[in-house]
Amino acid sequence: MNLKAKGGLIILDGRNLDNADLVIQAGRKDPHYWKNLWKSREIFYFLVWRDILGRYKQTTIGIIWSLVRPVVTVIAFTIVFGKLAKFPSDGIPYPVFVLIALMPWQFFANSLNDSSMSLVTNAQLISKVYLPRLAIPFSAVFLGLIDFLITFAILIALMLWYGLMPGWDIIFTPIFILMTFAASFGTGLWIAVFNVKYRDFGHIVPLALQVGIYISPVGFGTSIVPEKWRLLYSLNPMVGIIDGFRYTIIGGNTTTMYWPGLAVSLFIITAILVSGIWYFRKTERTFADII
Amino acid sequence: MSRPAIEIDNLGKKYVIRHQQAALREVFTNSLSRVGRKITDLSTRRPTISNVGPKEEFWALKDINFDVAKGDRIGIIGRNGSGKSTLLKILSRITDPTEGKILIRGRVASLLEVGTGFHPELTGRENIYLNGAILGMRRSEIKHKFDEIVAFSEVEKFLDTPVKRYSSGMYVRLAFAVAAHVEPDILIIDEVLAVGDMQFQKKCMAKMKAIADSGRTIFFVSHSMSSISHFCNKGVLLDKGQIRAIGNVDQVVDNYLSFNTEEKDSINLEFYEDRTGTGAAMFTWAQICDADLRPRQLFSIGDDIVVRFRFRIQDSFCKQEVKLSLGIRNSEGLQLCNMVDSDSQFSIRGVRSTEEISISLRDIRFYPDTFAISLWIGNIHGTSYDSVEDCLNFKIVDGGKLTSRILNKNTGLIFLNPEWKRIKYEIS
Repeated sequence: MNLKAKGGLIILDGRNLDNADLVIQAGRKDPHYWKNLWKSREIFYFLVWRDILGRYKQTTIGIIWSLVRPVVTVIAFTIVFGKLAKFPSDGIPYPVFVLIALMPWQFFANSLNDSSMSLVTNAQLISKVYLPRLAIPFSAVFLGLIDFLITFAILIALMLWYGLMPGWDIIFTPIFILMTFAASFGTGLWIAVFNVKYRDFGHIVPLALQVGIYISPVGFGTSIVPEKWRLLYSLNPMVGIIDGFRYTIIGGNTTTMYWPGLAVSLFIITAILVSGIWYFRKTERTFADII
Repeated sequence: MSRPAIEIDNLGKKYVIRHQQAALREVFTNSLSRVGRKITDLSTRRPTISNVGPKEEFWALKDINFDVAKGDRIGIIGRNGSGKSTLLKILSRITDPTEGKILIRGRVASLLEVGTGFHPELTGRENIYLNGAILGMRRSEIKHKFDEIVAFSEVEKFLDTPVKRYSSGMYVRLAFAVAAHVEPDILIIDEVLAVGDMQFQKKCMAKMKAIADSGRTIFFVSHSMSSISHFCNKGVLLDKGQIRAIGNVDQVVDNYLSFNTEEKDSINLEFYEDRTGTGAAMFTWAQICDADLRPRQLFSIGDDIVVRFRFRIQDSFCKQEVKLSLGIRNSEGLQLCNMVDSDSQFSIRGVRSTEEISISLRDIRFYPDTFAISLWIGNIHGTSYDSVEDCLNFKIVDGGKLTSRILNKNTGLIFLNPEWKRIKYEIS
């Protein structure tokens, strides 16, 4: 070990870098960001595993709790909007109509909520150990995906009960699942970063989501929205997603897809996701200092 | 010769301190009130004063340059706030430097805190996997070393118990066991060994030694000079974010112990930074001197030491039950004594601003070492008004009126010369 003269030669040329495994430098972007992320993919798995295990420890019915919330919400919606308010449901039994919309909505809401809080709840991890930070909000959304897939069991049961069969369009449903994933991940990234500095967002998100379920077409179909407002309505990315779910799972024969709206949703989701990742990468190196 | 394991070039880290933590609401209200004030200022023609907490720049590290050869065991030494932790955080990629760069050759694992990422609800077994993954191990690797980790941690019986039910000792053992089996090329450890019982600390040290002997590079931060000199071969002494000394560990440790004593028989505490407390009272000056009030720092066993200090107090302060105390710790950070004014039936009630306090320690009996003095002022309920840690130093050296033999540091802490007697006994 030798002490270099202060202000001495700082070796910055490429030759010196090529046999270093790691270069830590102010503002330096990791040239192998995605490759390194892929290499440490096990951490994603472990974070998801931790949260699943941790969530249902010391509960007696465990993972069945994932089913309770959608079932209760469907019952409430069916009574209030289906029976009392008599909302039209495009010829589909109202509980099925609501559940198909509720599944992506709850997937979106839960994973947005969890991912936006994920950095703060894992503050200890961020300030004491290095791991690819993107893994933290990602695994929160992934956890939401697992819950979402579990609720499919309810949908299948309900459709069997009403004797309904999905059309061949169901092969396109994964596209909309992916869109929901992207929407909550992208939004979650933005808010997670804000939350690091301003914890206020931890209060804003649940509030926004509470309002969001009523302004998204969960209890009603987009068909009741006047034609001239539909494009504007589609600025809410969940509109295109919920439409897509209804269309591909059940409504192939009874409802039609509003394609311009879907295009708008797709565009907005892509924009949020790309900008979210960009913003996250730009700020992630300061998390440990301000969290 | 192979290239260094770590090259640190001109490294610096700057923090911007806002004196008030800005919540979103304050950001809004501040900008609103600033606008409002600007308007009123225009009418009254006063200069605008911003009440957004003043920003202050602070270099936690500056101009750090050194190389670390493969297999070196580097001890990082320095007082609180000297930049040790920041350096480790940058090396572990937790935070980014503000300037400069580091080249690292090899896989790095860092253990800045015991049990990072442990989930209290999960069992010991589950946490071994989780923690291993967080520290950068692959699942196959953890599986492979699982039995070894369990054996080291000595928690076999409780593997399927949630760690929230563990005793703190078990928790620490498990956490260290996982970290010690990561087998990185470069291991960074921050004072985690301060926890756990003596026996386990010994075991940890032995494990670290084994890791080092297998050719790995180790960074080790500790306040315990004895652990540092026992374990490390090189030392880096940081002071206010800069390297003060670097090289052979014994020399650096020596330097650390003596640099505290240079020209520091008295100290102006007005702008002293290493302090905590509410600020209701503040120490302003302190001095260490001999029985004749001559400033001095070297003493022999049996000498009298006088500590003098001044402080500033707020109004209505004297009505409260004020307490003063003075602590002494040795070079290993061991607190040897904590003297409180009331123990000597002394009270500063009604003290005037022109008076200072003097504490006479008669017939000092510590073994030769370097000692640090801390001052504390607060109330009887334990509220701390001001606390300055290690603000003064003195040294006890061999020789003097009581003894001429060499007192080896690890043969004792307190020198006593009791009365020895020969007593004739009757054989019955």
